[in-house]
Amino acid sequence: MECNNLALRDVIKEITKTHLLEKNGLAMGQCLTAVGWVGGTLPELYESEGMIELSMADVAGGGFVVGAGLAGRRPMYIIRYQGFNWFNSPIIINYACKSKDIWQRPCPIFIRSIAMEGAIGPVAGSSHHSLYYRMPGVKILSPMTPMEYRLAYKEFMNDDDVYYISEHRSAYSNANELPDMIADQPDFALFPISITRFAAQEAALELKNIYDLNISVNHIFRIKPFTLGSKEALKNLSKSKYGGCVLDDDYVDGIAKNIAYDLAVQSGASVKVMGLEDKTAGFAANVDNLPPSKEKIKNFILNIVGKGAK
Amino acid sequence: MTLTKELKLRIFEKAALCRAFENEVFQQVKLGVIKLPVYLSAGQEYIAATLSVALEEMGIKGPDRDIFVQHRGHSSYICFGGDIESLILELLGDPSGCANGMGGSASIHSKNANIYGHDGLMGTQGPIATGSCYASKRPTLCFSGDAAAEEDYFLASIGWASTKNLPIWFVIEDNNYSILTEKNIRRNWSMTDLAKGFRMDAYELNDDPNEIFRILPSSITKPLLLNINTNRLFWHAGAGIDSDKIFDRHKDFERELAKLEALEINENAKSKVRKSWNAII
Repeated sequence: MECNNLALRDVIKEITKTHLLEKNGLAMGQCLTAVGWVGGTLPELYESEGMIELSMADVAGGGFVVGAGLAGRRPMYIIRYQGFNWFNSPIIINYACKSKDIWQRPCPIFIRSIAMEGAIGPVAGSSHHSLYYRMPGVKILSPMTPMEYRLAYKEFMNDDDVYYISEHRSAYSNANELPDMIADQPDFALFPISITRFAAQEAALELKNIYDLNISVNHIFRIKPFTLGSKEALKNLSKSKYGGCVLDDDYVDGIAKNIAYDLAVQSGASVKVMGLEDKTAGFAANVDNLPPSKEKIKNFILNIVGKGAK
Repeated sequence: MTLTKELKLRIFEKAALCRAFENEVFQQVKLGVIKLPVYLSAGQEYIAATLSVALEEMGIKGPDRDIFVQHRGHSSYICFGGDIESLILELLGDPSGCANGMGGSASIHSKNANIYGHDGLMGTQGPIATGSCYASKRPTLCFSGDAAAEEDYFLASIGWASTKNLPIWFVIEDNNYSILTEKNIRRNWSMTDLAKGFRMDAYELNDDPNEIFRILPSSITKPLLLNINTNRLFWHAGAGIDSDKIFDRHKDFERELAKLEALEINENAKSKVRKSWNAII
């Protein structure tokens, strides 16, 4: 399914341009206007048009954005590596996310938090959406397609909450939608988040073609509050012969296990998790810590169903 | 700016109201009526009283400016137009309080008076006020204690406010203490030197209204840091007195007024505060 043939990066760029030039919005972040314009997702605009280069003071930068949110400018806060949130998030989480509850003073912020991996090292790589997940007052979405991104922005503009948008650089070239794949008599059900959605889809197709296994893929776009794309997904999981698995681009001891628990309770099925391993990532390939690949997902399922890899 | 007799009276009236309020809260804590932790600003009230009158004189009224307060903010709240009864209700944990009964003493705010609440993380008002000022370009006051101002993100805010030449004044209410740890144990530098290093105008002064008025610009058009030395009369938190030898600006400033005049203002303030309490309990 295609959406005007625009890749995700072009959609983000278009949305940002409209936000700045027509909605009195701001885009704030570090090194935005340098080479690359954040993976080609930003229009070539400058401070007078609302593209604000922050200083390199990470914690304070998050606070500046909160102030802009209170002032009603609906800032987009662009965080080039999700791992930076360990510095960027404190004032957002503790002020912006609570301001509506305590003072009935909303502080809407659109946090564009960008993941990537492979030779990124011990801090910056992968997704860190679990960091925000445990705190109240934030909505978390992980759009990987043009339509999902438009939906996320539209919802934000009609809402007054903080939105954490968990992006992934590898999805920027994607111009296709990712509909759920529902198998009638499923052997296994996958619930992938972020970039694992692409690998999950490929793994399901290969498992069908080579092993005649019926794998459902239920994409997770809405992380908090957690909702599935269709009502059929839970029923489908209940019917699954070997249960299911949540796939994440973050450490498994976070969102993945939370969602797996919810799914297991609601469906009665056994739900496992795959994500980043509980270890520090190094830069070199042999010490990196990557999200589940197509091969890893395939082997994981084959082990569960008791079939060796061909 | 010139501090006329009429302005001194206005400052004294505001400070007297703050003092009467804090004394009453002190008593209500002792009586067990207030059960939440309180951060009393008695002794420090001349900073907010003087600056609020100064802003009024500049023609900068409530709807046209933003105030970001620190956790010890009762005086700032009262001086800049926060409703007293809403504050009392807040200290009682009542849902109709100024922060819906959720903020307690440390996180008070007023939408009507454009006073923004504090979240309890020391110094976050620095970057938040700076970002708000950047986005709105409205005259902004950011209050902070001398300890909270040491937070790295607060220092970065001074830097960014200077870089962007924002109409914001950082007001450091310097009582010398972080709980009871003195400033000279915590650091060997001053906020004014630091602000000047960031190319911002900065002044070190006492909380004497005469002194404050002498240095104040006539409008808020560019960043400024005021490190105003003051004294906290009561405990860091709760109702208690660390020492009976602490200098009291309120008693000192009384001398600027006729004795009977000061007495009458103090009594009126007490009466107003009592009336507000009686309306609630």
